[in-house]
Amino acid sequence: MSDRIEVLKTYKTYVGGNFPRTESGRYYKVYDANENILANACQCSRKDVRDAVVEAREAQPDWNNRSAYNRGQILYRIAEMLETRKAQFIEELETIGYKTKKAKAEVEASIDRLIYYAGWSDKYQQVFGTINPVASSHFNFSMPEPMGVVNIWAPEDRPLLGLVSVMAPVIVGGNTCIILASEKYPLSAISFAEVLNSSDVPDGVVNILTGFRDELLEHMTTHKDVNAFFYTDPDIDQEQRKQIDENATLNLKRVRRKPVEDWLSEKAQSPYYITDFQETKTTWHPVGL
Amino acid sequence: MKISEITKTVPIDEVGVEERVARLNSRSIKKESKVQALKLALSMIDLTTLEGMDTPGKVIQLCQKAKEPHVALPNLPTVAAICVYPNMVPVAKKALRGTDINVASVATAFPSGMSTLDAKLKETKQVVEDGADEVDMVISRGEFLKGNYSYVYDEIVAVKEACGDAHLKVILETGELQTYENVRKASDLAMHAGADFIKTSTGKVKPAATQPVTLVMLEAIRDYFYETGRMVGMKPAGGIRKAKQAIQYLVLVKETLGTDWLSPEYFRFGASSLTNDLLMQIVKQQTGVYQGADYFSND
Repeated sequence: MSDRIEVLKTYKTYVGGNFPRTESGRYYKVYDANENILANACQCSRKDVRDAVVEAREAQPDWNNRSAYNRGQILYRIAEMLETRKAQFIEELETIGYKTKKAKAEVEASIDRLIYYAGWSDKYQQVFGTINPVASSHFNFSMPEPMGVVNIWAPEDRPLLGLVSVMAPVIVGGNTCIILASEKYPLSAISFAEVLNSSDVPDGVVNILTGFRDELLEHMTTHKDVNAFFYTDPDIDQEQRKQIDENATLNLKRVRRKPVEDWLSEKAQSPYYITDFQETKTTWHPVGL
Repeated sequence: MKISEITKTVPIDEVGVEERVARLNSRSIKKESKVQALKLALSMIDLTTLEGMDTPGKVIQLCQKAKEPHVALPNLPTVAAICVYPNMVPVAKKALRGTDINVASVATAFPSGMSTLDAKLKETKQVVEDGADEVDMVISRGEFLKGNYSYVYDEIVAVKEACGDAHLKVILETGELQTYENVRKASDLAMHAGADFIKTSTGKVKPAATQPVTLVMLEAIRDYFYETGRMVGMKPAGGIRKAKQAIQYLVLVKETLGTDWLSPEYFRFGASSLTNDLLMQIVKQQTGVYQGADYFSND
């Protein structure tokens, strides 16, 4: 029998629970550690961002209305699905230069991180919600509520762990998101989308795009139907940071910049990542009348 | 002309209609032409609220939206008309006093049309007396599907008479007519009976307006125009929510009937949520920034 020709995966985007190609029809080459071409990835355009925001906005109320417990279950389910596909992700990380041990550690940390935030799903409200003493006959309490739609730049250098670490705290709190995957290593992100797609995550809650940050920055930060912008890379230059901040003022988007040095460390996970994407609602309830 | 001539079956090539629509949908309308199309579409809207839970307050709010679609853009065209249930006509009329915006009322036992002719005529006369400039009637689909065409025809003629000077729009409810041939037949019937507009749907039955159905009706209008020289208007209603769809409809009209029909006098959209999407697109064209629903008033 002749040598079999390997069937290569087409890496597309993940929007609204589907895997469409970029509307622009453009692609860019992704290389492995030895500078060999690995695959073509979609070079998304502003219209892909637009379409993803529409999906995320539509999905948000239902996602938010689910019980916190249910959102926790779904995060846990993502972790389960990732666990069953561990080998595939380790292999994918190896092609971009990870040693086996390091790749295994990264995938396992990603799974653990999902479990960590799944656990917080129905607890952060109890920790961060407050009952406030007031001088009138009111029962006064404050609760965190999700911001809505969040645009995220996944960390550039940790294609899987970084992405999971920025996604989980955002969605566990009832937000939906559009994630721009690592520009240099986008493939794990799209494989991770397959995990999301098979783990009860409602369509549109997580949308993953691939492409160039320079090109998409403008549209991801100006879009008025987006409530927050989240990025973590420590080395984003001053000029870009200024642009992000200025664009965000258009609709008072919350900008969260959280430079993380070591994604494997305990410091890379915290309930404060959840509350970063929550607003506080205070209720005054008359009592004793 | 005999009823049998009006209602002769015109064969419709279903695949042809759908392919033509698909081809016209691939037209790209950008930049200035897009802005022009968006504003034109806005001026063609029959801003509609037809809910059992409508209140005078809701209608007044809708009228305000009709007069001033977006406060930040004072120079926009207003919508063409407000479309309400009969008992809301006086409210809408009062709220729109001093404007060019028409009041349209549904009548004839909307949306089912299942009532006696007497009751339908009485309702029609009442809304016209209350000040409705336009009347949206429904045809008796049951009688039509039975093949009782003369009943349907006579009914439209009678309602048209009851309308007096008010414009009559005839709702075919294409979602219940089963075939394109029936849509064509009902269109011909309505136009010959005196309709000023033919309208696809009530919005209460799915599917509501579709582009292929609209194309079939536009072609009926074209053929009727060649035959009689009278221009009949077209109103797709229900399910048109996005600016992109609206522009696609305008392309259909332009390519089938020409520019004479590209005016609120001869083409309307029966819609409510379309208004905000058009506004969002107009602002997007001006500022280059994608807009969010938070920045536009509801209704």
